[in-house]
Order: sequence, then C-alpha cells, then structure tokens
Amino acid sequence: MSNGLALLSIFVLSVFIGFEVVSKVSTTLHTPLMSGANAIHGIILVGAITVADRAANNLQLILAIIAVVLATINMVGGFVVTDRMLEMFKGKPRAAKSEAGDSK
Amino acid sequence: MSRNLYDVLGLFVSVCFIMALKGLSSPKSARRGNLIGAFGATVATVLVFFEPGSSHHHIALILGAVLFGVVVGVPAARKIQMTQMPQLVALFNGVGGGAAALVAIVEYLKLGSTASTPDVVATVFTVIVGCVSFSGSIITFLKLQELMTTRPVVFPGGRFVIAGTLVGVLGTAGWVINSLGTAPLLIMGALALAFGVLFVLPVGGADVPIVISLLNAFTGLTVAASGYVLQATLLIVAGTLVGASGTILTRLMATAMGRSLFGTLFGAFTAKPQAISEAGEARPVKSGSAEDVAILLNYAQRVVIVPGFGLAVAQAQHTVREMADLLTSKGIDVAYGIHPVAGRMPGHMNVLLAEANVPYEQLVEMEEINPTFPQTDVVLVVGANDVVNPAAKTTPGCPIYGMPILDVAQAGNVIFLKRSMRPGFAGIENELLYDAKTTLLFGDAKESLTKVVSALKNL
Repeated sequence: MSNGLALLSIFVLSVFIGFEVVSKVSTTLHTPLMSGANAIHGIILVGAITVADRAANNLQLILAIIAVVLATINMVGGFVVTDRMLEMFKGKPRAAKSEAGDSK
Repeated sequence: MSRNLYDVLGLFVSVCFIMALKGLSSPKSARRGNLIGAFGATVATVLVFFEPGSSHHHIALILGAVLFGVVVGVPAARKIQMTQMPQLVALFNGVGGGAAALVAIVEYLKLGSTASTPDVVATVFTVIVGCVSFSGSIITFLKLQELMTTRPVVFPGGRFVIAGTLVGVLGTAGWVINSLGTAPLLIMGALALAFGVLFVLPVGGADVPIVISLLNAFTGLTVAASGYVLQATLLIVAGTLVGASGTILTRLMATAMGRSLFGTLFGAFTAKPQAISEAGEARPVKSGSAEDVAILLNYAQRVVIVPGFGLAVAQAQHTVREMADLLTSKGIDVAYGIHPVAGRMPGHMNVLLAEANVPYEQLVEMEEINPTFPQTDVVLVVGANDVVNPAAKTTPGCPIYGMPILDVAQAGNVIFLKRSMRPGFAGIENELLYDAKTTLLFGDAKESLTKVVSALKNL
C-alpha cells in the first residue's frame, strides 16, 4: 500500500471513530464536549513545531513561530477552560447534595 | 529515538484522544476524559522534540514561543467568567484554525515547486478552511462579546457578494494548484478570510453557537489535512476525530435548538433584510414592585424559575438560590426550567447554576417541565427572553421560529425580571411581555432578587 493510501485509510477510519464516540451525548455536555474537541485540535502545535524546526529562512521561521504561539494558546487554554467547566459537574448526576463546586 | 518508537508513542497519543472524546460524552467520566486528552497532548508536544531527524536549530525560539502561548492562554482560561466562556472557546478555535493555515503556508513555501499535486490540494484545503475558521471565529467572538451587533447583518445584494467571494476562493485555488505560485496562495488566503467574515455576519443570535461548533469541526479537518502534508499520522487522527465528532455535535445542537442545519449554513445565501420590530415602549405593560412579586410568590404552591443569560450577567445565581431555598422552606414546590440553549450555548446554564450549588435535582429539562406549566402558579423569568418567546411558535419567518420554547404562558402568572424593554439576544419583540397575566419587575436581576428576598422574609 502506498504511503498516501495508508494515510487515506487512517483518515477514513478516524471519521467513523469520531462519529461513533459522540453519537449519544446529552445536551448538558454539548458545551464541554465542543470545548474539549477544540482543545484536541490544538495538537496542530506538533505540526507547527515540526515546520519551525525545519524552517529554511527567516520568513518561514517567523510564520512558524506565530503558528506555535497560536497553537499553544488553543491547546493549553482549551484544556484548562474545559476542565473549569467540568469541575462544576463533578459528582453529577443525582448525588449532588453537598457538592461544593468551589469556583475561583 | 527510533522511528518505530516515535510512531508507537504517536499511536498511544491517538488512543488518548479517542478516550478523551469518549469520556467527554458522559457526565461521570467527562472530567477524566479531558485530563486524558490533556495528558496525550502533553506527551505529543514533548515527543515532537525527539522526532527522528529533527534539527533542533531553533529550539530556544520554539520553546520560548510555547512558553509565551502558555502565559497567554492559561490565565485567559483561568480568569474568564463562566458567562463569557463561549466567546473564549470561539477565540481558541479561531487561533487554532489560524495556526493550521500558517503551518500549511510554511510547508508550501518550503516545498516550492517540488510539491506533489495531492500535497498542494491538501495545502489549499488547509489554507482555505483554516482562514475561514479564523476570521469566522473572530466575528462570532465579536458578536458574543457584544462588541458588534448580535443581529444578523444583511446588506442588499449580500448573497451575490458572498457567492462571488466563494467563486473567487475556488478560482484562486485552481490557480494555485496549476501554477504553484506564492502570490496566488496569498490572494486565496485573503479571499478565504473575507469569506469567513461574510459567512458569519448574516448569522443571528441563537445560531451563533451552532456556527462555533461548525467552525470547530472545520478546524479539525484543516489539522487533518495539514497532517497529510506533513505525513504526521497523529495530526490526521486527531484532526479527523474532531472534524467528525464536531460535525455530529453540530447536528445534535441544531436539533436541540430546533434549527435546521442547512438553514443555518446557507442562511448567508438566503437571508433577507428583516423589518426591525417597532419600539415597544408605546404599548402598556404591567410593572410591579418587589413586594407585589413577593406576595405572588408567597401564595403560590408551585413556582418555576426560568433562568437566562441576564441572570448570569448580573451574577445573581447565588441570590436566586437563596430565594428558592426560602420558598422551599415555606413549603412551596420550586423547580428551575432549563432551556437547552439557556445562556449562550447548549448546557451553558447548567454550568452556571452548578457554580452556585443549585441542587441538581431541581434543574428540570425543557421536555419534562413543559407539561407541568398548567399546574404552575407562578413562573419567574430571570433575565431570559428568547427561550420563552411565543413568537417561536406563532410568527413564521422570525429568526427563532421553530425553536422549541419553555411554554410559560400556560402558567397562572408570569413574572419577568428585566433590565429594560430591550429585546433578547435574537433581537425579537416578546408578545408575552404585554400579556395580562404578566408582571414586570425592572432593574438589575441581582438587586431585584435581593429586594424580593427581603420582602419575602417580611411576609
């Protein structure tokens, strides 16, 4: 199998996994799920670091470094804000009587 | 590090991301799921520095950039008020899309004329969708932050401008693929940025969360496409996961809000300038004092509180809970009617009320609470408007038409706590405000509730 075809196979199979894992999710979790998925695509950071490492001239380096900064904000900020949202759901559902959802 | 070990660890990270999404779909495992995702992302970021064949020429600069990103991103995520969280997610999504577009541009510049056609096609896709996601997210951010109007922005001939821009984007894409030049790529990027703006401008109020979710899925796909260009399996898997799950999530959200996804997506092409409803101040409304409201509540047997974004803005979650506790102690049955999109996003209000320690069992979802309204004596609408607006049922053609609403008009009395007669986020007049059984209490939600609480204590 050629390399391109292998990557294509990975792509197609991932589509099905992506459909499958979120097919049943309650409305309550839509916002955190979106935010979590948002953090995961911050993984473009890996790509940004790769192209920065291979940069052949200053223009490429500058663009790549901007990409690194943006991707880091996406990834780190995304996971932190998702965690803050979910912090408030802890112990749910039903056993929420004395939960202290202490927020900052 | 050997290539095989590197790839195996990459596979491990991919599995982490699948587990993360799986975990996030259930309330019990959601937080753990997110932490697994964060762990996987950290492993991947450390790992890439050990990628076989990396030069480490610019390692200090790269680490500095990562550190800078952390210094910007973490405090923003930590300090943001929960009410402003949707626009922060939009912003994070936008910068992610921008990053993906930049990565593709740099790789393209480097490959130059040696790029293969599949690579160029993937690059073109990444740059277009990344740019659309970036500029579109910025516009949704501005709308949610209310730095610009929240109403749909429609201008005469708008749909031709939008269609023209889209044709321009596709035309330049063909040009890039044929000529492999840098200038066409930049022109295409600029047109894609413009298209992102034009695409989101006509989207009004309630549809904005759906657009954020959609742009989120877009960004996922751009990450996957850039993974193809860079031959990075992990990027393909992670990006595709987000793209696919984001698409499903967008559809679920649209269903929960009773919106047609198609209508939202192509609203840009079909939107017509709508007549702005005339100012309602001229019509008589019944406004009451805090004491009137307290008396109504005191002699009720069942009270339903409908919280909206106004409650969150006034930071009145704690006061509303105090009032609910007081009513419960008087033997009154109290419940919160939660509309799926109360607040700014699906599930947003649950987060906000959980923050104020409102007991989970008092939060009742729309389908369950709607049949109970005829047996409810008093409905207290705190800073909500669109989610109880009967226009969604009665006025075909208005922007929220078809959205399921909380049927509060069935209850004995309706009390609105409002700051002013200003319409809600969607910008539509609410007929219910003029109904004979409606009482209005004007003022900041928190101050009004505090007055009602002290009046209740005096009864």
